[in-house]
Amino acid sequence: MSLESLLIVAAIIFCIGLYGALARRNFIAVLMSVELMFNGVNLTLVALGRYVAPYAVQEQLSAVFTGQVFAVFIITVAAAEIALGLGIVFAVFRSNESVDLTDAATLRH
Amino acid sequence: MLTEILVWAIFLLPVASFLLIGLVIRPLGPAFAKSAGYVTILALGIGFILSVWLLRSHAHGAVYDFAPYLWLNLGPAAIEFGLLLDPLTNVMLVVVTGVSLMVQIYSMGYMDGDESFARYFAYMSLFSASMIGLVLAVNIVQMYVFWELVGLSSYLLIGFWHDRPAAAAAAKKAFIITRIGDVGFLLAIIYLFFQADTFAAHGLNALHIPHIWEAAAPVAAGGAGIVAGGALLWLCLGLFAGAAGKSGQFPLHTWLPDAMEGPTPVSALIHAATMVAAGVFLVGRFFPVFAESETAMMVVALIGAFTAVFAATMGLAANDIKRVMAYSTVSQLGYMMAALGVGAYNAALFHLFTHAFFKALLFLGAGSVNHAAGTFNMMYMGGLRKAMPGTYILTVIGALSLVGIFPLAGFWSKDEILLESWLAHGPVPASISVLVFAMLLVGVLLTAFYSYRMVHLTFHGEFRGGGERELHDTEASGQPAPTGVSHHVHLGESPLVMLIPMGLLGVSAVIAGWLANPIGVSSFLGIPSHWLTDYFASGLHDGHHAPPFNIAIAVISNAVAVAGIGLAVLTYAWPRPFTTSEPLSKGGPLHTLLAQRYYMDDLYEGVIVGRVFYRAVAAITDWIDRNIVDGMVGMVGWISRNIGSLLALAQNGQVQTYPLIAAAGGLLIIVLYLALG
Repeated sequence: MSLESLLIVAAIIFCIGLYGALARRNFIAVLMSVELMFNGVNLTLVALGRYVAPYAVQEQLSAVFTGQVFAVFIITVAAAEIALGLGIVFAVFRSNESVDLTDAATLRH
Repeated sequence: MLTEILVWAIFLLPVASFLLIGLVIRPLGPAFAKSAGYVTILALGIGFILSVWLLRSHAHGAVYDFAPYLWLNLGPAAIEFGLLLDPLTNVMLVVVTGVSLMVQIYSMGYMDGDESFARYFAYMSLFSASMIGLVLAVNIVQMYVFWELVGLSSYLLIGFWHDRPAAAAAAKKAFIITRIGDVGFLLAIIYLFFQADTFAAHGLNALHIPHIWEAAAPVAAGGAGIVAGGALLWLCLGLFAGAAGKSGQFPLHTWLPDAMEGPTPVSALIHAATMVAAGVFLVGRFFPVFAESETAMMVVALIGAFTAVFAATMGLAANDIKRVMAYSTVSQLGYMMAALGVGAYNAALFHLFTHAFFKALLFLGAGSVNHAAGTFNMMYMGGLRKAMPGTYILTVIGALSLVGIFPLAGFWSKDEILLESWLAHGPVPASISVLVFAMLLVGVLLTAFYSYRMVHLTFHGEFRGGGERELHDTEASGQPAPTGVSHHVHLGESPLVMLIPMGLLGVSAVIAGWLANPIGVSSFLGIPSHWLTDYFASGLHDGHHAPPFNIAIAVISNAVAVAGIGLAVLTYAWPRPFTTSEPLSKGGPLHTLLAQRYYMDDLYEGVIVGRVFYRAVAAITDWIDRNIVDGMVGMVGWISRNIGSLLALAQNGQVQTYPLIAAAGGLLIIVLYLALG
């Protein structure tokens, strides 16, 4: 498996996520799409960590896993964000009785 | 060095007195108020002795040339603090400290019982210190500082009874009108300041008064000739504007009669003897500069002569005794200005000297009369001769001296002014000089008339009820009660503490003229002929000497004065003595014109301030302020508000628009990166 194919797959996942985040009206679906975008990025990080970093830092082997470590961090942070996002969804649902994003526009100027 | 300290002491003692009264005695409360008067009298008494000593030693040849102290160094023009001791300063010091001392003693009696006794003496000390500082100043900026300080003390003292609306208004009026003249003075100083480099090239300081004299003198006469032509004329007119404001010359005279709202000793000291003479002093101080400009001299002479007649006519129709005096003061100051204008420097200053004594005496007499009658309105006086013989005799001496009857002080000085304007040796054309002479002679006639009228209405005939009757009458006619009029009428002589200073001034009003000794006697009581006028002249480079006594002019001026008195006697005393109605009011509209002061107050307040300034100038500036200044401020707000609402369109609350824009931006960056590499 070459680096290019991995990056292409990651870009496709990211773009699907981006489309979903921008186009879906359902709050939950948007959150799921954001999760897809995260994972596209994660895949990029792991792929680059696997293929590019060892050549760049030949002497210092301890730094080789930077990309993978980043991915683990992002998964953690994404979990926290989803928890927060779901909290907001619940709060919005309680006041609006809907999870339609276009309805949640009361904070504009 | 010791003597320099003594000269400074003349100035510093009243300053110390002011600070002592203001910071210590006044806060201690009314129990100690009396000491404020003693402190002031002590400070001015020592000052008077030192001034006489200074005049004597200087007149006997002692030279005082003290280097000034640097105050502020502004490049080529240094502002210094120093002493300019010339004959003019020395005589002015004697006049200021002498009259001030007499007035302070008188005030002990006149102001007795006033609740602000200490404040009064604090202001009086401040005034005396400022006036002394003004005459001592060697630097034009130093002079200007004290010039404004006397204006301030005048303001404070006119408005001394600040709970009276008329006094507060008069104080404001005096301050503002003199300030109009001071703009000219200030412009003259600013002009000199901008000439500092030219002065410095000749080794002169543009703000040092003797250097200004030198700069104005043409090169042919040994001067520097820096200021000449049109600039010289404008410099002189600027200085004269300041002088006209202070000395109440037409058209800036309207404040002086109103200034009579202050306590009477204040009118005697500030608005008769000293401060108003500061304008004459200023022109005298810069006489070598004025003398180089014929046009400036003509302006000074004609405005002075016109004021002398103009003010005297208003004195004919005034009923308030102090206002009569005020018009008389304006008129006499006009004599001095006219004399300066025709080049009679020493005669003008001689008149300033004698006028200080007899006019202060007349004012103190008016105060004494007010003490008894409770009013200043002469229509409610009359017959006070029997009740107060001392005041009567002294007032008559003062009035005769004012009219210029031989051999009183006023005669000698006024005669010298008339003589010099007739001889026309000055820089102005002979025709102008003789015109001035004729106007001044008319002034003599009017002076004699209103002086007799004043004496007759106050002292002769039957008593007409005083303040009590005036209050009763105004109440009956439904008018508001006049301020400063008291129910308290007690016909009797004033206390000695008031009479003694008046007596001393009365003696001066008789003998002060003999100091000049113009009749060809070589020595009168050890005083050489023409001593005072020659002493004044010794302060000038081209030592102008007084002309010999001219019997014809003296006879003419006395005949005119006697004719004026005679006319007044015919009008008021004989054959039909004055009862209650003013005989001059038969003059109809002419009398109304005079009684309304030529409507000049109405012109200034109604037309110039009310219409021109308030309705036109203020309306225009108000429009500019509302529409242009406020408009620009509003415009800035409008622009940012509208930019804000434009930007707010992006904040539509649709969560997905924001990442859409962000993604579009990111895409744009990538496309640009790929396209431009």
